[in-house]
Amino acid sequence: MNETVISVRNLTKCFGSFTAVNGISFDVHKGEIFGFLGANGAGKTTAMRMLCGLSYPTRGSGTVAGFDITREGEQIKRHIGYMSQRFSLYNDLTIWENMQLFAGIYGLTKKDTDERAKVLLERLDFFSERNTLVGSLPLGWKQKLAFAIATIHRPDVVFLDEPTGGVDPMTRRQFWELIYEAAESGTTIFVTTHYMDEAEYCSRVSIMVDGEVRALDTPTRLKEQFAAESMDEVFRTLARGAKREEQ
Amino acid sequence: MHAIEVENLSKSYGKVKALDAASFAVRNGELFGLIGPDGAGKSTLFRLLTTLLTPESGKATVNGLDTVKDYIAIRSRIGYMPGKFSLYPDLTVEENLEFFAALFGVTLEESYDLIEPIYKQIEPFKERAAGKLSGGMKQKLALSCALIHRPGILFLDEPTTGVDAVSRSEFWDMLSGLKERGITILVSTPYMDEASRCDRIALINEGHILGVDTPQGIVDGFRSPLYSIRSRHVFALLNAARQQEGVLECYPFGESHHMITDSAFTKERFMKAMSGFKDLEVKEIEPTIEDMFIKLMKR
Repeated sequence: MNETVISVRNLTKCFGSFTAVNGISFDVHKGEIFGFLGANGAGKTTAMRMLCGLSYPTRGSGTVAGFDITREGEQIKRHIGYMSQRFSLYNDLTIWENMQLFAGIYGLTKKDTDERAKVLLERLDFFSERNTLVGSLPLGWKQKLAFAIATIHRPDVVFLDEPTGGVDPMTRRQFWELIYEAAESGTTIFVTTHYMDEAEYCSRVSIMVDGEVRALDTPTRLKEQFAAESMDEVFRTLARGAKREEQ
Repeated sequence: MHAIEVENLSKSYGKVKALDAASFAVRNGELFGLIGPDGAGKSTLFRLLTTLLTPESGKATVNGLDTVKDYIAIRSRIGYMPGKFSLYPDLTVEENLEFFAALFGVTLEESYDLIEPIYKQIEPFKERAAGKLSGGMKQKLALSCALIHRPGILFLDEPTTGVDAVSRSEFWDMLSGLKERGITILVSTPYMDEASRCDRIALINEGHILGVDTPQGIVDGFRSPLYSIRSRHVFALLNAARQQEGVLECYPFGESHHMITDSAFTKERFMKAMSGFKDLEVKEIEPTIEDMFIKLMKR
């Protein structure tokens, strides 16, 4: 049950004399929805880049989906999915073309691609719209589609970078239902956000301040620990002590 | 007279109706929030009120002045902070301020007392190019520039989007300070949890105003019994709860799910039917602005 999918020990990244990430250690388990929080400039992006095999640690070690982050970055990239709020899909390609493109990049066969794309689109009730240009879709649809595409190669872990900022409250619920469903079927979800109400949806949450993980627990226990009503209050208590200026 | 009056205001871009017969009024001295997701029509409404667009139909006044006929008079009386950072990135902090002061025929010294609480936080960096500032500092500079000519009404389009929780909270504190100086503020946000910082709010979605009231008044309009339910088996719980008698809606809401019920619902029967969830917790709760928004969207 408690199979570890992400494990990092003393992970550190320096840029010259600046220590962006300073000795962080944590484990993420299979099927968990793990919230990775921090103020602007706390080191979240740098840490996530190392987990995705895009940047090497200066010190420390870690594995993602069973691969070493210092030696097996290419393998990691094949076994993870990534979705960001800013860049997700190509607006001038159709829904179907976007799916073909990303599945192709991950090396899926044409047969597997078509089968999986159909299942994913039917699940979203989008199949009849598959020839629509992505650029003409409402934001909420794009986000749901981006999530589906980030899972088309059945990754062990999906990294979500502020997935539901600005989306209407109903679409946002539908989005979280997709995430719950994926988590229940064993996909691990790693979410970064600085919107604290998104943090409340996570199984466990870590909070980074000045390059270090200062808190890590379930939202309920963090609220108890800091005698706070909401995750927003927990976050503000921790982040107010930040010494580092945001980038 | 209201500071802002909007009557049946509509605007389309091609086939897309960005704003559809919106009506509401903002009182003098009010901190008024326009709350809705991306694509709701918030920025279009701001551009209409700041005279940067003309409406397709309907009418709006700012300080009693018509946004179409009296656009020149309106422009010197309002401050506008657009959603996108729109200052000159290659001018320094101080140069940007002086530039906007010159445009409005005022000086930094004349307005210093008004912008001081905000500007003094970035004054140590006044020699820095605006493009090199952090997100929170850019926001403070943009607000200082929007205030330089002592406008009576401030229009702030999504000032807290993309800003971390600490800076967001500080920003709302600054707005409360400006309100105390008598400035009317219309501010938009996609984040429902910021509603409580406003005197009154309008909920907006797909070009329609869904409701206008105080944050408490909006929530008081909910009326259906609302429950919070939780279990470790998050996804299974959601699907099981939807099958139960008297459950109108069940949706994820952070650590728990919220469940809207009708008169056919009893907690006892629900607990019994759901006894397969050993760790089930059920409690009746007060709705939030977000619950009300979901309810109004379904109407």
